[in-house]
Amino acid sequence: MEKNNHKIGSVLIIGGGIAGIQASLDLANSGYKVYLLENSPAIGGTMAQLDKTFPTNDCAMCIMAPKLVECGRHPNIELLTCSEIEEVSGKPGNFNVRVFKHPRFIDLDKCTGCGECEKVCPIEAVSEFNEGLVERKAVYRPFAQAYPNAFAIDKKQRPPCQQACPAGVHVQGYIALIKEKKYKEAYDLIRENNPFPSVCGRICTHPCEQNCRRGEYDSPVAIKDLKRFIADYVIQHKDEFEGREQACLFPTEPKKEKVAIIGSGPSGLTAGYFLAKMGYRVTVFEELPVPGGMLAVGIPEYRLPKDILDYEIKAIEKAGVEIRTNTCVDSIGRLKQEGYDAIYIATGAHIGVKPDIPGCDGIGVVDAVDFLRSVNLGKKVELGKKVAVVGGGNTAIDAARTAKRMGCEVTLLYRRTKVEMPAEDREVENALEEGVDTIFLVNPSEIVCENGRVKCIKCTKMKLGELDASGRRRPVPIEGSDFLIERDALIYAITQKPNISFISGNKNIEVTRWGTIKANKKTFETDESGIFAGGDVESGPATVIEAIATGRKTAISIDRYIRGEDLKEGRELEIDELPPKQFPEFVERKERQIILTLAVEERIKNFEEVDLGFTEEMAVEEAKRCLECGLCSECMECVRVCEADAVSHSMVGEHLNIDVGSIILAPGLDKFDPSMKYEFGYKKYPNVVTSIQFERILAPSGPYQGHILRPSDSKEPKRIAWIQCVGSRDEESNSTYCSSVCCMYAIKEAIITQEHVKDIESSIFFMDIRAYGKDFDKYYERAEQEYGVRFIRSRVGKIEEVEDSNNLLVYYTTEDGKQLADEFDLVVLSVGLKPSQKIADLSDKLGIRLNAHEFFRTSVFSPLQTTLPGIFVCGPASGPKDIPETVMEASGAVASAAELLSDVRGTEVIEKVYPPERDVNDEPPRIGVFVCHCGINIAGVVDVPQVVAYAKTLLDVVNVEDNLFTCAQDTIERMKQVIEEHNLNRVVVASCSPRTHEPLFQETLRESGLNSYLFEMANIRDQCSWVHMNEPEEATRKSKELVRMAVTKARLLESLPKIELPVIQKALVIGGGLAGMVSAFSIARQGFEVTLVEREQELGGNLRNLYYTTQGDDVQEYLNSLIEKVENHPRIKVYKGANIENIEGYIGNYKTSITTNHESRITNNELEHGIVIVSTGAEESKPKEYLYGEDARVITQLELGKRLVEAEKILEIKGKKPVSQIQKLKSVVMIQCVGSRDDEHPYCSRVCCQEAVKNALKLEELNPEVSIYILHRDVRTYGFFEKYYQKARDDGIIFIRYEKDEKPIVSRLSDFGELSRAVIGDRLSSKTKNQKPI
Amino acid sequence: MAKISNIFEPRIVCFFCKWCTSAGADLAGTSRMQYLPNGIPICVMCSSRVDPEHVLWAFKRGADGVFIGGCHPGDCHYQSGNYKTRRRVFLLKQVLKDFGIEPERLRLEWISASEGKRFTQVMDEFIEEVRSLGKLKV
Repeated sequence: MEKNNHKIGSVLIIGGGIAGIQASLDLANSGYKVYLLENSPAIGGTMAQLDKTFPTNDCAMCIMAPKLVECGRHPNIELLTCSEIEEVSGKPGNFNVRVFKHPRFIDLDKCTGCGECEKVCPIEAVSEFNEGLVERKAVYRPFAQAYPNAFAIDKKQRPPCQQACPAGVHVQGYIALIKEKKYKEAYDLIRENNPFPSVCGRICTHPCEQNCRRGEYDSPVAIKDLKRFIADYVIQHKDEFEGREQACLFPTEPKKEKVAIIGSGPSGLTAGYFLAKMGYRVTVFEELPVPGGMLAVGIPEYRLPKDILDYEIKAIEKAGVEIRTNTCVDSIGRLKQEGYDAIYIATGAHIGVKPDIPGCDGIGVVDAVDFLRSVNLGKKVELGKKVAVVGGGNTAIDAARTAKRMGCEVTLLYRRTKVEMPAEDREVENALEEGVDTIFLVNPSEIVCENGRVKCIKCTKMKLGELDASGRRRPVPIEGSDFLIERDALIYAITQKPNISFISGNKNIEVTRWGTIKANKKTFETDESGIFAGGDVESGPATVIEAIATGRKTAISIDRYIRGEDLKEGRELEIDELPPKQFPEFVERKERQIILTLAVEERIKNFEEVDLGFTEEMAVEEAKRCLECGLCSECMECVRVCEADAVSHSMVGEHLNIDVGSIILAPGLDKFDPSMKYEFGYKKYPNVVTSIQFERILAPSGPYQGHILRPSDSKEPKRIAWIQCVGSRDEESNSTYCSSVCCMYAIKEAIITQEHVKDIESSIFFMDIRAYGKDFDKYYERAEQEYGVRFIRSRVGKIEEVEDSNNLLVYYTTEDGKQLADEFDLVVLSVGLKPSQKIADLSDKLGIRLNAHEFFRTSVFSPLQTTLPGIFVCGPASGPKDIPETVMEASGAVASAAELLSDVRGTEVIEKVYPPERDVNDEPPRIGVFVCHCGINIAGVVDVPQVVAYAKTLLDVVNVEDNLFTCAQDTIERMKQVIEEHNLNRVVVASCSPRTHEPLFQETLRESGLNSYLFEMANIRDQCSWVHMNEPEEATRKSKELVRMAVTKARLLESLPKIELPVIQKALVIGGGLAGMVSAFSIARQGFEVTLVEREQELGGNLRNLYYTTQGDDVQEYLNSLIEKVENHPRIKVYKGANIENIEGYIGNYKTSITTNHESRITNNELEHGIVIVSTGAEESKPKEYLYGEDARVITQLELGKRLVEAEKILEIKGKKPVSQIQKLKSVVMIQCVGSRDDEHPYCSRVCCQEAVKNALKLEELNPEVSIYILHRDVRTYGFFEKYYQKARDDGIIFIRYEKDEKPIVSRLSDFGELSRAVIGDRLSSKTKNQKPI
Repeated sequence: MAKISNIFEPRIVCFFCKWCTSAGADLAGTSRMQYLPNGIPICVMCSSRVDPEHVLWAFKRGADGVFIGGCHPGDCHYQSGNYKTRRRVFLLKQVLKDFGIEPERLRLEWISASEGKRFTQVMDEFIEEVRSLGKLKV
């Protein structure tokens, strides 16, 4: 187990948002191998959805996109998309992670991102990226700039209809294709599994419909009728489709092996069809004069017309199947002698089983199968006038309706009731309509004959007893209930059995006690190898679709048998368990279409087909009822159009095991779902949207191309309201914390809105504006003053829709208790950040603990460390935060991981070695041009051969080629060859955007020994074929011009060498406060030397004045241990009492002189270093107002903090006696924003609110009698600090707001007395004793 | 569809900055947004890379219009390149007048990487404008 003890220089990063991306880049650039795992098909996370970032209004995607590409192309970052963690074991430095990679169904190496698949995909799904405002396709790329820039197929479990189909026909697929009116494609799709679409469209028992989820709402989709419509359409338009051969899943090269099939029923012909498609030579032997088995002789023509069956059999023959009719096989051995490599017995079950009752040999007692066969073969059958049919299955109904058409009076005798009849309901109804009489709960007990002919039938009445094995109630004869009915003939349709006399000589083939042949249920091989059996001869009488399914499975077995492969391997996958039913949220009731049928009086006269099928309109309407349970319908259209051959619907997921030294968690955030806040009407009123939806509305790449429109009517709103704290600071929605970012993004959205449309009225309903970050307050002021955004301090009670206009009434209560309502065109709910679902999942799998709000638990002094060593967290997974903080944390987490793995840095990374560069500067230009077809993306519009011909005429061009996909791996290899063959020294590729593909081609040049800057690209796709689709001539002209320009520029290109400079791997940290010490310590732990320079004589900075944190941690204890660690670290040199005299040099190479003044001894030091970290800190501003410095009772929070700690110490020593001054205080006033948010300091100092709350709580604890007033402008206890604000209010601390221009006034009421006075506008002017403004 | 020969088809040289406008043009492409094919794009690192001489040279060699696309103010990849372009184009338009070239034949626009739709609108609008000005006669 030596392996487990050494560290591994690679890191797993979970989550591909901005945090994960930043961490990946930092780590990979510092010599660590990175695995970046992302659940979705592309990296980008929430930031990619945003329109702009605050407070700079930068385009979020413009910042993001280059990082996406850099991350995706980095040689030491391995992207694991569509992946999730299964298990983690190990310890810091050496973790083993099991990852499951879900199938993407698109080969990342082959997909060029051209988007042809998306165009043809018939299935629409909600676009997660656009927050449900628009739809995307089942095959999709989350957004245009996504990386990997490849598509993915969104596939749920196989739809229930397909699962129910024994042959696994892609039901949802062909229904989707009907919706698109692609009938031939639909027909071909069915034929991938079933060569009898017309037959099954008529007589299939459609288990798919029984399982159709739509049936749970109203009625199942009319799947069978839709199939029939497709088949009819294709047959009617066969001339039009001539020559359009279907795509085939199997290889088609001809093979020499021969297969014999005995029996031309559905099973035999299906097997034959698929074997012929695979290239085998197939002969089908049929005893009867017609092919088709039961389809031809068992099904009456009014259900399955002969010409329809013939069409499909002809198609099977056309595929290469030879059918020999009138050929009886009497020995298997002979077939083997004739050289058949495999034999399939599919002779069906054509012998009717006679009822074992007296008189059953009489003339006029007929077996239904014989009867139907005779009628179908055109033989004359004499029945007489009155006929009884015994049985309740489809065969009985067929016999009854056939007899009816022959002019007989027909009575159906069945021993159970109508409900138990196994025949299809529609068949039974048709029979009844046509005038077939029924007598239920009877069984013939004797046939009374006269002169050998049937005269009467003696029947016994039955009743229903216990349930039997089939789940139906068993019929029990009633004693003495016999009665006679007079009939001329009796047709019995009880059951059938196979005729297997021809195998009687073969001892190897086992026969069951039911007279069927025994074969393996998965492979259909009999006990004799090479001989297979399936269909009714194996299963006993069953349905046509089961026979077809068996035929197809047998074809696969025979193929494997002949190729010498294992017959069973992987076959169990063919049997799926039904998925748990998931129902769509809302389904509009819509009954199914009823097919047209012939009138009853018409149909009983002859054998014309009864069902007439759907019209095209009906079929399309019906197809729209499909609920698309599987999402991707497997219609295979994407496979058909993908020129790169990248789609594989049979892709399966894979388990990966990776070893890493550390793990960084960056799973990001979820947005609060406001639909649980009913009062806001989200999802009920179309014009109530979430803030993230509004980001998409603002985004130029969003659903409305950046036009601000409202969802209900796509009109520009005139009045927009933002409601703050939806799912934040709210007990009810279980999110008591402040989400920290909503105030700012709402302001940003309002500003962007104002910039888009000048006269929009923007109103923000808020409690406190928490603009606490860098430049945030300025942004807030600009919104109000420059952009005229209305800020309304209030609580919103509810939102109601105004009838007709879809406008919204916002009811709110203002600060002074007024209840008002305003009308708006659009309301944006500023939703809070929730812990991502993935956090809980990771917590379970990794055993990491969460905090009270279900974010990852971290501590104040190690905010990136999870509860498990070696596993770090960054971004909003540990608490709500904005993008800059997230990115900072990502880099911080990287530093933490790098500290752990510093001794194995560089051990897992690969460095690519290129051949030496050829010096081409003196050579005359020899240019090679590669013109890309990009499948049909370019060639479909631009005349590529013309561009190629033109390029050949250009000066210095020595070789021009065109490629299907220039970026494909084989073309890249070819490019290297061509460069060598033609001794090229410049390369031009005319294809797509350099943004995505230039680095790839540049690398190819480098691999060929050319400088990567000897390359030029002409973008004839994104800026030509795609944007001038309707003007192919113009597009071709423009392409030629672009190629000419690229070639001209290429002639001028020169090699650009990359310069390498040495870097001094030492750091200088200026400032020995908390930030400086932590930085220095981390850098040292990462293996580098650090110089830490502090101006004071002691390390610690501001931290020396802090004693405890809001959360209650002991600051001094931490500080002392940190100082000790820093001062004793061998790689840290600390200069105290030092001044920086001069810094010179440049990145990687600085020289700095420092003077130190230690006990009046001045020394000069020179040092060299590669980087500088400036952490000189900030200090508490000393107030010039409120009598500070004039009256000892006016102090700052830091000073108070110190006194509180001193008081606490005294309390500890002297017990509870009120001895300290603190305990004598009667009332205290804290004034916020002193030296913040004023003209001199136009920013929020972000710590004062929480300091005030912290000190107030402590004061309250030490002196429960004191009255505390906090005078504030907004209480900015962001994030989890909100909890302490809440506690302060609960503890009776009074918060009073004042306006910037109505500042409190502090005055001394008496020089001796202990009175001072704070006046805040007109809200509080009462005298209070012993007020202490702070 | 044959082109009707009497409609004037202007030739336009377009300089796009690599970071914003060219990316916006790519987005128009990936979104399959259609626009007029009269412009020939030249990708430059920054709109400020476009020397007035480039513009004059284009007009001299038969261009009927010249388009320059850069990043929105504040978004320049090189901090302030687009501001320089703005000043330069302002002055250049004065010079064009002196040469007898309508200043409208030179257009400077800010188009970001996410403004695919706007890109197509601006292109069509400028091409139509140059079309209405007719062939450049100098």
